[in-house]
Amino acid sequence: MDQRITLMDEAAVERALARMAREIVELNQGAEGLVILGIRRRGVELAQRIQTLLEAEEEVPIPSGALDITLYRDDLMEVGPRPLVGESSLPLTGVDDRCVVVVDDVLFTGRTTRAAMNELMDWGRPGRILLCVLVDRGGRELPIQPDVVGRTVSALPQQEVEVLVPEEDGRLSVELVLRNREEA
Amino acid sequence: MSRISSSLGKDLIGLEPLSAEQIRGILDTAEPFKEISERRIKKVPVLRGKTIVNLFMEPSTRTRISFEFAEKRLSADTVNISASGSSVVKGETLVDTARNLEAMRIDMVVIRHGASGAARFLAERIPSNVINAGDGSHEHPTQALLDLLTIRDHRKRIEGLRVCIVGDILHSRVARSNIFGLLKLGAQVGVCGPRTLVPAGIEALGVERFRRIEEAIEWADVLNVLRLQLERMRTGYVPSLREYNRVFGVTTPRLERAPRDILVLHPGPMNRGVEIDSDVADGPQSVILQQVTNGVAVRMAVLYLLAGGAPERAEAAKTGGLG
Amino acid sequence: MTGGGEGGPVLLQGGRVVDPEQGIDGLCDVLLAGGRVAAVGTDLEVPEGAELVDCRGLVVVPGLIDVHVHLREPGGEHKETIASGARAAAAGGFTAVCAMPNTDPVIDSPATVGFVAAAGKAAGASRVYPVGALSLGQRGEQLTEIGELVDAGAVAITDDGRPVMDSGLMRRALEYSQTFDIPVADHPEDLGLSGKGAMNEGVVSARLGIQGKPNASEDAHILRDLLVAELTGGHIHLQHVSTRHGVRAIRDAKARGVRVTAEATPHHLLLTDEAVEGYRTEAKMNPPLRTEEDRLEVVAGFLDGTLDTLATDHAPHHYDEKEQAFDDAPFGVVGLETCVGLLLTHFVHEERMDLSTLVDRMSRSPARAFRLPGGDLKVGGPADVTILDLEAEWVVDSAAFLSKSRNTPFEGWELRGRAVRTIVGGRTVWSLEG
Repeated sequence: MDQRITLMDEAAVERALARMAREIVELNQGAEGLVILGIRRRGVELAQRIQTLLEAEEEVPIPSGALDITLYRDDLMEVGPRPLVGESSLPLTGVDDRCVVVVDDVLFTGRTTRAAMNELMDWGRPGRILLCVLVDRGGRELPIQPDVVGRTVSALPQQEVEVLVPEEDGRLSVELVLRNREEA
Repeated sequence: MSRISSSLGKDLIGLEPLSAEQIRGILDTAEPFKEISERRIKKVPVLRGKTIVNLFMEPSTRTRISFEFAEKRLSADTVNISASGSSVVKGETLVDTARNLEAMRIDMVVIRHGASGAARFLAERIPSNVINAGDGSHEHPTQALLDLLTIRDHRKRIEGLRVCIVGDILHSRVARSNIFGLLKLGAQVGVCGPRTLVPAGIEALGVERFRRIEEAIEWADVLNVLRLQLERMRTGYVPSLREYNRVFGVTTPRLERAPRDILVLHPGPMNRGVEIDSDVADGPQSVILQQVTNGVAVRMAVLYLLAGGAPERAEAAKTGGLG
Repeated sequence: MTGGGEGGPVLLQGGRVVDPEQGIDGLCDVLLAGGRVAAVGTDLEVPEGAELVDCRGLVVVPGLIDVHVHLREPGGEHKETIASGARAAAAGGFTAVCAMPNTDPVIDSPATVGFVAAAGKAAGASRVYPVGALSLGQRGEQLTEIGELVDAGAVAITDDGRPVMDSGLMRRALEYSQTFDIPVADHPEDLGLSGKGAMNEGVVSARLGIQGKPNASEDAHILRDLLVAELTGGHIHLQHVSTRHGVRAIRDAKARGVRVTAEATPHHLLLTDEAVEGYRTEAKMNPPLRTEEDRLEVVAGFLDGTLDTLATDHAPHHYDEKEQAFDDAPFGVVGLETCVGLLLTHFVHEERMDLSTLVDRMSRSPARAFRLPGGDLKVGGPADVTILDLEAEWVVDSAAFLSKSRNTPFEGWELRGRAVRTIVGGRTVWSLEG
């Protein structure tokens, strides 16, 4: 059996998201020009939560969308059967000159963020990009750092950090998983 | 990360060897690719560094352009070889052409050829991915896929629909690929055309034959109207274009008598006033231009699914997750 | 090659001798001397200096004859030469073959007939009998000088490779040829009905998107030939019959006394148009492989003697000519070196046909149809003998063919039974041991 340790329960995640929403407003000095884009799949759920929090707080509509970075992966041709491509959806406002907040669940090697930024550049010319992640687990392979972080965790390479969202997994939490591999 | 559950293998030769699941996989993959063509920068880096040869040994402008757009939007490097204007092809056997391509270390070949079986012939002889862009009277799988996608866009399903293919079935690769694809996805398929242009044994493929266009229109939810090659008249399959239009033309008066709203497709290029009247082609039932748009998305999907997708490499990639 | 000496006596000892002409099927010896069959009997005395051939466990039959081969020379020497074809024939157990005239130039003059005959003799393998063209240049317009062709060695006339489309020309050929008592062989096909067909018209062609030749193109032409033969009293030899209605029409015609002989080929006896699946050009021949229903009637006709002659229609093509898209590849398959093995395996061992009847279809009937010497082991006849091993198991390997071409649809087939020695005029021209 895999070993699972809960790092953040539902209440902890919600507290973190509320704080992250505030930090975004601080960094942007308001809600003006914000666009929230979640990275498929769980980044989209988190982005929606942050969007809801921001809209409640600031009382303005915040444009949002989703990024599917599959086609920008740097290992796309090495991974065998092609991954399913999800649709990217951009808010009607576009991204030009906006402060685009890219939301992902876990920041690890940085390669997903690189892919997301490249895709964003093909969409247009953002005025600024903010990287917002619920968990930074370390282990970067590219010079990429988050602007807004829910929790920083030092996970070992063989450990996985999973963010669970109600829409996909039935609960909201962050869990550390140690896979019990037969061959290990 | 979810993956396309059944790989297409090395090549796309036709729809006949594919399963319903594989065909659905291509159509589903085409959906996100539609959006790329709407972007300001219509390009994703999927096939960066891949070399694709478009080997068109029979003239075709629109299929070649559609493939070329698809390839370029996926960032591939493309080379076009056409039968007219290339010494690579003149008088050279297909085997030699294949060997030459192989020697140039290309990744994919899109082939259009006048002989049935040519795409498969090439695929069996080179390690590159081969995509059939029409071989003789055999198959034209990407055309059928874009037809399927267009029908699905409008009717939200393929299963249970009645689709009638109208025209020169005998010489048509579009007809064959559509028959195979539609049947696999659960549609009912009819064919209608002059008996000289409907091959013997077609019913054995599982299609219904209609003698007259009026009966086909009465029966169908969708009409896929094929181009009548003008040389069919010279070779005596039909007496005249005028008579063809009079007996088999898809016209507004005929469509008005249809018991239900009919979707009209045409693979192009059209002979207006022969197999289809202008008011039909430009009318509300026509989805002909959308077929063209979908053609690029479907071809992008096929290129994406085949590129580098050697099945034996699948195992090595179980954990493709990025952090 | 193991030489038997030029006409020196050869005693084939202890084999099972099968000769349908004389009704022989039993263990006995055969003595060959002076290029002739000298004696057939049990415990024959060994003449002085005779070569002894131990035939125990083997079958001794009159030399097999293939009345329909394409040796491609002159003009197609990259596919086959008369010499390589004659050696391939010997390796297949054939002591004689009839070479079709559709070469380049066409065999339509005494000089070209003489060339084929001389090249055949020089090859020193199977006998090669030239068949002359029916019309000059095989253009289907004007009769060749049939009398002169016969004098030069032609044993029949045909425009094979093409049908004789002009019924009037066919009438004149069937009338005129009677002076020389030779058969008029025809490739029965209505070219108008065949159109651009490259395989059988049917379900498989509809699926593959290849244009088909309908059965009717062959049926109509067979009926025409039979009616013209009936009209003229001439001898029509119908080549490579492949359709059920064709077989039935010939059966009916024979019943009412029309002078007709007809061929079955190994591929039409054993394969259907399903073999084309995958655009296999080695299954592309003319007439095309038909449906199972047709195949069964061809088999029935072969069994009941309607199709009295087995012929291979050996049609060699260079590998790169066949290595093309299906529509672009030429028609034809090689057959000489697989024929007897296929027939022994799938007809004799499967007990569909007894050995004596097979020998009739492969030796006696073809000899009679083309008025060739041999076809039996009568004393005084030519010492043309084929020795078969009915039990030898082997796998068809085209790389081992003596023919210059490899275009067989039977590659890799596991067979039981083959020729092990071929004797022409008392001389061993080929044996399995080499």
